[in-house]
Amino acid sequence: MSLSVKHLLGIKELQTKDIERIFQTADNFKQVLQRSIKKVPALRDTTIANIFFENSTRTRISFELAEKRLSADVVNFSASGSSVSKGETLIDTVNNILAMKVDMVVMRHSASGAPWFLAQHIDASIINAGDGTNEHPTQALLDAYSIRERLGDLKGKHIAILGDIMHSRVALSNIYCLQKLGAEVTVSGPPTLIPKHIQDLGVRVEYNVQKALEWCDVANVLRIQLERQHKPLFSTLREYAMYYGVNRKMLDGIEKEILIMHPGPINRGVEINSDIADSKQSIILDQVENGVAIRMAVVYLLSGKRELEEV
Amino acid sequence: MKTLLDHNQLNITLQRLAHQLIENHLNFQDTVIIGIQPRGKWLSDRISALVKQFTGQQQIKYGLLDITFYRDDVHQGNDLQIPSHTDIPFSIENKNVILVDDVLHTGRTIRAAMDALIDFGRPKNVELLVLIDRRFSRELPIQPDYVGRTVDTIITQKVKVYWKEKDNKDEVVLID
Repeated sequence: MSLSVKHLLGIKELQTKDIERIFQTADNFKQVLQRSIKKVPALRDTTIANIFFENSTRTRISFELAEKRLSADVVNFSASGSSVSKGETLIDTVNNILAMKVDMVVMRHSASGAPWFLAQHIDASIINAGDGTNEHPTQALLDAYSIRERLGDLKGKHIAILGDIMHSRVALSNIYCLQKLGAEVTVSGPPTLIPKHIQDLGVRVEYNVQKALEWCDVANVLRIQLERQHKPLFSTLREYAMYYGVNRKMLDGIEKEILIMHPGPINRGVEINSDIADSKQSIILDQVENGVAIRMAVVYLLSGKRELEEV
Repeated sequence: MKTLLDHNQLNITLQRLAHQLIENHLNFQDTVIIGIQPRGKWLSDRISALVKQFTGQQQIKYGLLDITFYRDDVHQGNDLQIPSHTDIPFSIENKNVILVDDVLHTGRTIRAAMDALIDFGRPKNVELLVLIDRRFSRELPIQPDYVGRTVDTIITQKVKVYWKEKDNKDEVVLID
């Protein structure tokens, strides 16, 4: 009943049955999180290192809570203020942490592919908490899980991913995950923020955000990642907000009530207006809540892959 | 393969167990029944239905408890167990709890169930009802309060309980 993989590096490598298994296990953990004692002893024999080479609020707190709710021991590491600034390599850093008897590694890194590289060199299970502009698998899982909770089976559902597709690891992981679950995906945003040849992944491209909103059942609005834009890709934030930001007026023109998602952190007034982000159509805080249950499921299911030491 | 309880014997035993519960708990005012998932569900479904029938009480509190995350062998080489649904839609604080499972063997499941139960509150007391007690194979100091049938078995033997709701027959067999 474990997963078919030893690490959770990307959604790309997961099988559909893995995703379903994660959801099924998350259902159980979601129930645990509603009790007065929100904790189970399943992983009291496991130590997990959360290694963050890049800033994070939600993901890091969510992972740490998930691990603690499973009774695992947790060590947190962030690159700032560590020996990384003295020139230590990634493998050395991680191997030193593992030498202190750590069983699993949760890693975020600004370089795409970093967790794959690490997986070739260490024995512990690795969970990718976001690598550069490549994948963010647990975010995609919790997004799909939150949609499933509201709309049921994802098969045939229309999901629009809006905004900065180019720099978004959330977009890529979401595309893989939603497609594996049978949903149809459209990406939408300014042409400069949509990668060339993205159609090859089997997604539709729609440059008109209004049209994308009319087509979809769910709109996942992404953050404009100014920190990853090394050259100007649109004139000003105000212009972006005017043509591509999601606001009440746009949604009022649509007959059905679509669900609005955002992986956070939100740039209010840029990609999404407060009147939408805080409306009852928005399931942004459900996403955050479900994140803990999903990460508990992932950590729990991967912990089973550990080889036991012979005593 | 040997039949321990056939259809008739099984149903007579269930009726006796239900009556024994009523004898000790009368109108089930402060008593709740909790079946241990996944296999205790079938037994506890039957027992709670019989208690309802015999007492005429329709408000008997009945829940299900999954113990997967409380097992002591999570990483002991075996593959992870598939968790089942936990559903305890009432408080167990200061209640008499009757834990229900089909076969009592090593006692480890019951140990886990007691730990899981305590996470939901502090019951007044906890009793254990089992259909089959595999005496002499206990690994922990745990004994049942209500027993359907006591059997002497060796570790290589298996006790299998069939329920007509899922297996189309009511029967308990011993497999060598």
